[in-house]
Amino acid sequence: MSARTRELLTLALAALIGSTAFASAWIAGAASIDYGWVPWAALLAAVFVVGHVFARAVVPDADPTLLPLTGLLCAIGLTFVYRIDPEDGRRQLVWVAVGVGVFVLVLLWLRWDYRVLERYKYVFGVSAIVLLMLPSVPGIGQRINGVKLWVDIGPLQFQPGEIAKIFLVVFLAGYLRDKREALARGRIKDFGPLLAIWGGAMLVLVQTSDLGSALLNFGIFLAMLYAATGRLSFVLAGLALFAGGATVLYDALSRVQQRVTVWLEPWTDDKVYCAINGRLEYRQNCDSYQLVKSLYSIANGGYGGTGIGKGTFETVDGTPLIPFLQTDFVYSAIAQELGLIGAAAVLLCFLALVARGMRVALIAHDGFSKLLAAGLSFGFALQTFIIVGGVLRLVPLTGITLPFVSYGGSSIVSNFVMLALLMLVSHRAVRGAAT
Amino acid sequence: MNEQLARVARTAMGLVVALVIATTYWQTWARPGLAARQDNEIQRVAEFEVQRGKILAPTRVLARNRVETRRGKKLYFRTYPQGKLAAHIVGYSTVSRSRAGLEKSLNGVLTGTERNLAGLVERQLDDLRGKPIVGDTIVTTLDIRAQKVALDALGRKCGAVVALDPRSGKLLVMASSPSYDPNLVEKRFGLVGRITADCRPAAPLVNRATQGLYAPGSSFKVVTLAAALESNRFAPDSEFDDPGYCIAYGKRVNNFDTSRPFGRLSLATALQHSVNSVFCNIGKALGAKRILEQARKFGFYDRPPLETPDGDRLPSGLYRRGELWFPKRDFEVDAGRMAFGQERMLVTPLQMAMVAGAVGNAGILMRPWVVEKVVSPQGKTVARTERAQLSRAVGPVNARDMAEMMVSVVQDGTGTAAQISGYRVGGKTGTAETGVAGRNTTWFIAFAGRPGKRPEVAIAVALEGQSLTGGATAAPIARTVMQALLGRRPNP
Repeated sequence: MSARTRELLTLALAALIGSTAFASAWIAGAASIDYGWVPWAALLAAVFVVGHVFARAVVPDADPTLLPLTGLLCAIGLTFVYRIDPEDGRRQLVWVAVGVGVFVLVLLWLRWDYRVLERYKYVFGVSAIVLLMLPSVPGIGQRINGVKLWVDIGPLQFQPGEIAKIFLVVFLAGYLRDKREALARGRIKDFGPLLAIWGGAMLVLVQTSDLGSALLNFGIFLAMLYAATGRLSFVLAGLALFAGGATVLYDALSRVQQRVTVWLEPWTDDKVYCAINGRLEYRQNCDSYQLVKSLYSIANGGYGGTGIGKGTFETVDGTPLIPFLQTDFVYSAIAQELGLIGAAAVLLCFLALVARGMRVALIAHDGFSKLLAAGLSFGFALQTFIIVGGVLRLVPLTGITLPFVSYGGSSIVSNFVMLALLMLVSHRAVRGAAT
Repeated sequence: MNEQLARVARTAMGLVVALVIATTYWQTWARPGLAARQDNEIQRVAEFEVQRGKILAPTRVLARNRVETRRGKKLYFRTYPQGKLAAHIVGYSTVSRSRAGLEKSLNGVLTGTERNLAGLVERQLDDLRGKPIVGDTIVTTLDIRAQKVALDALGRKCGAVVALDPRSGKLLVMASSPSYDPNLVEKRFGLVGRITADCRPAAPLVNRATQGLYAPGSSFKVVTLAAALESNRFAPDSEFDDPGYCIAYGKRVNNFDTSRPFGRLSLATALQHSVNSVFCNIGKALGAKRILEQARKFGFYDRPPLETPDGDRLPSGLYRRGELWFPKRDFEVDAGRMAFGQERMLVTPLQMAMVAGAVGNAGILMRPWVVEKVVSPQGKTVARTERAQLSRAVGPVNARDMAEMMVSVVQDGTGTAAQISGYRVGGKTGTAETGVAGRNTTWFIAFAGRPGKRPEVAIAVALEGQSLTGGATAAPIARTVMQALLGRRPNP
């Protein structure tokens, strides 16, 4: 059985699971059994079949599990976004379609050899920094919830950080393949660009107050640096530098301070000053309101969950209890309604995605491909860890998206670009081995 | 490079595995703790989809459900048909102000989560069938008719009445005045505080019967008396000399009425007329720790057991800087003043009812309880409270002597207002000065039953801000409530 046929069969299985989930949400919302969910499920399935058809044409030997896993995650994401807000669900479906469209475009664009990207590595590097700075440019930058992440150009609004992440991985793959031997020897002058990246990360952190994306980009950088040089000391030095820089900047970054306080002590027994209303409040009613409510939501799920559509996300009057539920906190909705079993299953989907992506890196032939695949896969893992870990109070909470699941156009589209690159690398790795 | 890549891969997968572990922690290990938190609105809202069990008195409904359909969901809100009659025991269950009383402490029973395995399986099956989950019903021991008598007798006065059956520990009446209407808590909470009462702040939400800490005044003499008799150094006919005062720590401590010293008198007579100087001298002779040890046997220094939330019940004893305190050495406490209920001694009405009950019940203190049984939605009794002995507070002979002495208080002493014809009533009055003239805390503690039988009722009445004595203010209320309870209770 060819890889693509296996992909199609696995997609069918994902479609079955995803349709069941979405149908449950639909029926719970309608409070009667009807078939309004069928067009949605069919549309989502059709979109992925289109993706599959192009994959069959362009990357026939690519890993057959990547696309079905993505499909399943998208279906679960769509189910919960729809469950929380049907209007957002509609938009999410459109964004998934756009994402698969972009996926196809990337496949077609780089169908001969994606390694041409290596030639433009510095262009990508500089673009990444520019993109990261864009939101703090007056006039086009938008501050939402205290974090500058958005860019407004005419009717278009997007998060350049999502694209910058991909550019950064491409740049690092190219640069590190080039310089890995020199770096491994520890020549000081080769560290210039790397220190520039560290400085850039710090600068971005100060400019945007966005600890999450700084952590993500810097983490990807360290992982790729280690993969290229094999020097653990570089990673430790990098972590120390980041921690040092963050400590120095800590006083200047009130938002980061607040996130750390909330993380360490979400519940207080005494009332503390609350900056939101200027009064004394328990922290659980003020700064850590979201986190605490989200933990309650997760705990309410228990082993088996409440069932899709039966979770509690609003008061008896219909006021939402958890803000940003469909974006940053989508995991706490999943954990409540699917329970430990379901939430663990979703995490295992991510685990499988990451494992397969890393396998691509292992079997690839050239350094650039290996580093590219490793960077992209590690990016998926770290992004999942930062947002879900934040929701679970494992690390300070920072608002980034859960790949393929959270509501949000920029995130969906850029994750599909990453998927396309992974499949291109995978195809070449297998094809190369065969010939 | 593959070796490094494999390590990066393991790290990446380790990150995701850490998430699975953290999720497991919150959904299993930490779950009960989070569910119990007062600010857990999600848990609370989810529980309004459960058809909550009723709370009943043997003959009346205290709490039942009112079904409303909102946004396609059936929600079960509470109504309290008896209004303010049993508000402090039953409490409330609301969306806006969380829960109180039995609604809070027995939430697990009322929502059906605290069951044996078969019950829990049944609950899960109901959930899968799409049926609403039905909680268990609670039947209390409260006598609603007497409860109303007590609350009416308290009227505008601030204070509490606690009555229990000393033979079993069954709680019959627990009235705290001013009370509140639990039906107002959800939407018109502002009205709860708008009440007319003789004290300020009126604090209607406070259950004065278990949360009110009052100076016991002379009612504490019963405890001192128990310590005196148990020490074998004093007997009911021990002789004392009363000059009208007693010297404690170099200062004169006067009798309530200094104009008329008793001269030579027996211990029994001293209790009958509540002579401070005699108990002051007993206290000095025994020492504070000995009296406090006796108090412990009556249940002091522990939260009195009851099914209401723990925070609703305060322990009685000596308090120092707002904290319960047991002295390490005798000289730290003025035993003479403590012996007649002053000196930072603070007690709850429930505790004093337990003291009176133990004396009447031949020295045996029974554990107080208010939940008779738990009934499943199918009508099966799934749990029934067994009566239990808390301690032997006094030896049987001394208890009999003490009971006789308390009977003489009511027959021909300070407590004559509590006489009930055809019944044997023993009691003790108390009038604790608060430092403001005309604003005393007055007490009456008593037991009553048929002559020759064990008492069926033990009672404690405490009133705030009274200008008269306990015998004049509290004893008549105790009598009214006891009359409502007596003669209608077979041996439990």
